Amino acid sequence: MSLHTLSVADLSAGLARKDYSSAELTQHFLDRISSSNPALNGFITITAERALGEARAADQAIAAGTAGVLTGIPIAHKDIFCADGVRTTCGSRMLDNFISPYDATVVERLGAAGTVMLGKTNMDEFAMGSSNETSWYGPVRNPWDHAKVPGGSSGGSAAVVAARLAPVATGTDTGGSIRQPAALVGISGIKPTYGRVSRYGMIAFASSLDQAGIMAPSAEDCALFLSAIAGFDPRDSTSVDRPVPNYAAELNTPVKGLRIGIVKEFFERGMDGATGTLVNAVLDQYRALGAELVEVSCPNLPLSVPTYYVVAPAECSSNLSRFDGVRFGHRCENPKDLMDLYKRSRGEGFGSEVKRRIMTGAYVLSAGYYDAYYLKAQKVRNLIAADFKAAFEKVDLLIGPTSPTPAFDLGAKVDDPITMYLNDIYTIGANLAGLPAMSIPCGFDGHLPVGVQLIGPHFGESRLLSAAHAYQGVTDFHRRIPAAYV
Amino acid sequence: MSLTRPKVESIAHLARLDITEAELSVYVDSLSKILSFVEQLSAADTGVVEPMAHPLAGESQRLRADEVSETDQHEKYQANASAVSDALYLVPRVIE
Repeated sequence: MSLHTLSVADLSAGLARKDYSSAELTQHFLDRISSSNPALNGFITITAERALGEARAADQAIAAGTAGVLTGIPIAHKDIFCADGVRTTCGSRMLDNFISPYDATVVERLGAAGTVMLGKTNMDEFAMGSSNETSWYGPVRNPWDHAKVPGGSSGGSAAVVAARLAPVATGTDTGGSIRQPAALVGISGIKPTYGRVSRYGMIAFASSLDQAGIMAPSAEDCALFLSAIAGFDPRDSTSVDRPVPNYAAELNTPVKGLRIGIVKEFFERGMDGATGTLVNAVLDQYRALGAELVEVSCPNLPLSVPTYYVVAPAECSSNLSRFDGVRFGHRCENPKDLMDLYKRSRGEGFGSEVKRRIMTGAYVLSAGYYDAYYLKAQKVRNLIAADFKAAFEKVDLLIGPTSPTPAFDLGAKVDDPITMYLNDIYTIGANLAGLPAMSIPCGFDGHLPVGVQLIGPHFGESRLLSAAHAYQGVTDFHRRIPAAYV
Repeated sequence: MSLTRPKVESIAHLARLDITEAELSVYVDSLSKILSFVEQLSAADTGVVEPMAHPLAGESQRLRADEVSETDQHEKYQANASAVSDALYLVPRVIE
């Protein structure tokens, strides 16, 4: 049986019926990982023994009748989430030797829900990148074409789910790091509202933007897992204390009468022809489902990328100051004094893109430049947020492309930071305004998948997921599997 | 916006990053390009706009009560440090 082609709901039902055990299911995915990961490079660390132990515990819970819907389902965690006793690298040489002494809340909650951790997925170093090429552990391949990137920064999570080496994976999204790779590998990915999911134990990049989410083939899979990780956590001071809906139970909310805003600025700029055609076909599909499509304008949205590339580096330069070669992480050999220890440990431990962003941040925060850059960017950010707020007075959801192009060639953009940064032209706005957003597959440009993006108002995850689910009820792009991985 | 080599060296020092000569040339070029790129923000009219303090309007950072909430696990935490002695982190001598 092809267990890796089943949805989370089907896997859960199969486990409950005892068609197969969690140990068998887990071994099936571990076998797929053993044979495919060397070429794909989606995992940095594979936790096979731990996974089989968790699977046996899940089987006991199923036998005892104490299992929940996620009990025994294997999952891959982005290597940005700390897991007690497991190496947690964040894709960096800096943390190559770091064994996390505790669980991130996301890992802890999914463990408590009975899920089985297969391993830790590859990612752009410290989540800074849009192609997974900045990882210390080498680039991840796109399962649809190994010469192409899988997107980033959650490129490993995206690739292993698309290749069905894991049914689902966690990801994080600071400027598009869940949605853009989801689009480039043909899966679904949701970035929840800022504050919806705890970031405790999730290595910080830009704290006013970072949010954890779920990557899986379908919106239904995402809904099942989002309910398990969302909710208040006193250990994250940005966590919001608000009830968590049962997202799966609300998936069938009809699309009829839903008002969807076509963001004019998204369709005016940058999108290549085939992507535009596919995204326009999604608009027609939603019209056919009974939604009302109206054009809306967010005039300041074109300033998203420059705003982000002030705010995110500024916050990263502050967050990454904790890596000092003293308490944890890489330490240089034979430091001659404390300054030398700091500088060489950081110079050797961080890769070139991370250093670029730390220096950009240090510059925009430095004396004499703060007002012109950081303060200005935080003001423009409020203009962008106000545009979204005005749009959501007219419509329930917004729609646009996720990425301007399908997956590009490995190496094509890695030497040109500005070109690389423009990959996130459509995704950054939701982060700047703290909005929930998701990408779902909407077709193929040749052999490469293309994604469409839905953006909701704050805490509108349920509406996003049900709209995505309705689309996936009448299309099958989310079920397509790359030929090499069937 | 064009940064000079001494300026980039000074930024690297502020950021406590040791960078090589080869890296320096790359960063002079790419940081200059990034700063030119973000320059377009100056055209936005932000006259009466407040800077964003939190992505969710009305939310602010929560404070917790100043109470001990963690147990002592220094041995576990210090297992990740390169040099520890008597529960202290060791660094090169700073006082002669």
